Amino acid sequence: MSPLPDRLLEVDGVTVDYDGFKALDGFSLTLDAGEIRVVIGPNGAGKSTLCDTIIGRVRPSAGRVLFRGQDISKLPEHRIAGLGICRKFQAPGVLASLSVADNLGIAAAIDKRWWRSFGFGTPPAEAERIAVILERIGLAGRRDVLAGTLAHGEKQWLEIGMVVATEAELLLLDEPTAGMGPAETTRTAELIRSLAGDHSIIVIDHDMAFVEQLAARVTVMHQGQFLMQGSIAEVRADARVAEVYLGRAK
Amino acid sequence: MFRLKRQFVVAAGVAGVAAFAPFVLGGYDLNLLARFLALSLLALGIVLTWGHGGILSLGQGVFFGLGGYALAMHMKLTPLAPGEVPDFMMLGGLEALPAWWVPFGNPGFALLAVVLVPGIVAALFAWSVFGRRVGGTYFALITQALALAFATLLVSAQETTGGFNGLTDFQVVLGLDLNGAEAGRTLYWVTLLVLALGWAGVAALLASRFGTMLRAVRDGENRVRFLGHDAAAYKIIAFAVAAMLAGAAGALFTLHAGVISPAMVGVVPSIEMVIWVAIGGRTSLAGAIAGTLAVNFARDAISSAFPDLRPYALGLLFILVVTLLPGGLAELLAARFRKVAR
Ligand SMILES: Nc1ncnc2c1ncn2[C@@H]1O[C@H](COP(=O)(O)OP(=O)(O)OP(=O)(O)O)[C@@H](O)[C@H]1O
Ligand SMILES: [Mg+2]
Repeated sequence: MSPLPDRLLEVDGVTVDYDGFKALDGFSLTLDAGEIRVVIGPNGAGKSTLCDTIIGRVRPSAGRVLFRGQDISKLPEHRIAGLGICRKFQAPGVLASLSVADNLGIAAAIDKRWWRSFGFGTPPAEAERIAVILERIGLAGRRDVLAGTLAHGEKQWLEIGMVVATEAELLLLDEPTAGMGPAETTRTAELIRSLAGDHSIIVIDHDMAFVEQLAARVTVMHQGQFLMQGSIAEVRADARVAEVYLGRAK
Repeated sequence: MFRLKRQFVVAAGVAGVAAFAPFVLGGYDLNLLARFLALSLLALGIVLTWGHGGILSLGQGVFFGLGGYALAMHMKLTPLAPGEVPDFMMLGGLEALPAWWVPFGNPGFALLAVVLVPGIVAALFAWSVFGRRVGGTYFALITQALALAFATLLVSAQETTGGFNGLTDFQVVLGLDLNGAEAGRTLYWVTLLVLALGWAGVAALLASRFGTMLRAVRDGENRVRFLGHDAAAYKIIAFAVAAMLAGAAGALFTLHAGVISPAMVGVVPSIEMVIWVAIGGRTSLAGAIAGTLAVNFARDAISSAFPDLRPYALGLLFILVVTLLPGGLAELLAARFRKVAR
């Protein structure tokens, strides 16, 4: 029995430099197994860049990213994904000409080596997993519909479903409620809460009502740097946060 | 979406009907049809790479040429006595066969080379390009440069490649007398069989999990990569398979045309190949075959009536199709069918 909670992710002093502009500037963050963490910050604070760095799309010029203690900041993307990190992008990116079930199937594939693709149909274990997720994201009735024809909110759920289908340990959800109405947002919050425990999740969002429904710890970023961390109430009460974010945005 | 059984039935049906062509068509028309069926084999590969993989290659002529030259070299060597060199080499002053020609004297090697040389060249090329994340327009430009370089190389290496005139004047292939009465029919049937098998094979590939992955990469390469798949692998395989089909097409075409030359492998023919598929419908195998046949027969008719007009007519047709009917003839037909079914 380990007395400390398992440390899953450690972003350690990471700097990302876009031609002299520091989108991340010595940023650090740690996440325990099973935890949900919300990351907020004004536009351009570097939230999406943080996700990009964790999944290897962007390489840090300084600092390290440790996943279960292993430095992943130099691994190729599909290897990082293979370790159990999966990200939902900010712009909806479902595979438009594939059916809803095939979208989930690609995420759910257990053996992702290319030579395993020479065969027909979905292996039973994956089909089962797909069926469970279709229920969970409320798209069971639309499994054979082309993903490109889904409504905006449904696309977001499908994307969350794809991330979940990978059975990744760490899920990064970049603005999962963008473009959703209040009812859809509430359903999304329920969905994400139901995932905690099985997964650790970093959620990025602007919508404070949504963040409140998640009832999770919040990390505030500003200009690529760590600003503060605490419960949603503490964040709301913090004068610096109000200045850089809440005060200006709302 | 992509129903495999129906594809098999259609492919078998079309091939079955087309098998009677030698009893109906005259020698000239049969030869034209055979050439265009060979080209259709190449078109199937473009459906795979471009239609389903989103990889636009403007250099398929290179792989067509590699296959064509591989077989042509074998045919140049077959009638020679030991120690002799082909006619054009003699004219060029070469006394001995270059070492890289020697293995092509073996029929088994030559036949394997027809598909394996293009396949391996394409796989290495695609691996080096896609591995570096070069895609889209850049990839199209690089393949076009490859076609240009290949044609230029063939012309400049006159003594060993036949230069501008290419390789021609073939007598026998694998024991079949090319000047004999039965040669036309036999080669036509061989071509038809290879095309039918190619059609069924590509259809199976597109219906498999590989096909789904390839379309997924086309729709969102980054997405597929971040879901943990090696996206480049699917593109490399599709590109190599297309090159093997192009190589086989080049060999068959060389048999029917009696010649392979740099004019058939360079930039302009490579672009024309894409146009056939665009017109037929880039995601449809049947459409690509129909497009290849339609464009080439039309082109033959236009060339004999107004030789100067051909490039303009083809260009115009391409622009019209791409702007008005992005799915090609196949889309037009599918829309008709849906209306009838309703
Ligand atoms: N590829 C890039 N090249 C140059 N600058 C970039 C690049 N990507 C992001 N940036 C800049 O880095 C900063 C951080 O961007 P990022 O997308 O991470 O912000 P964000 O916090 O996700 O913002 P938003 O809330 O708008 O999504 C921004 O100022 C942005 O303009
Ligand atoms: Mg962002």
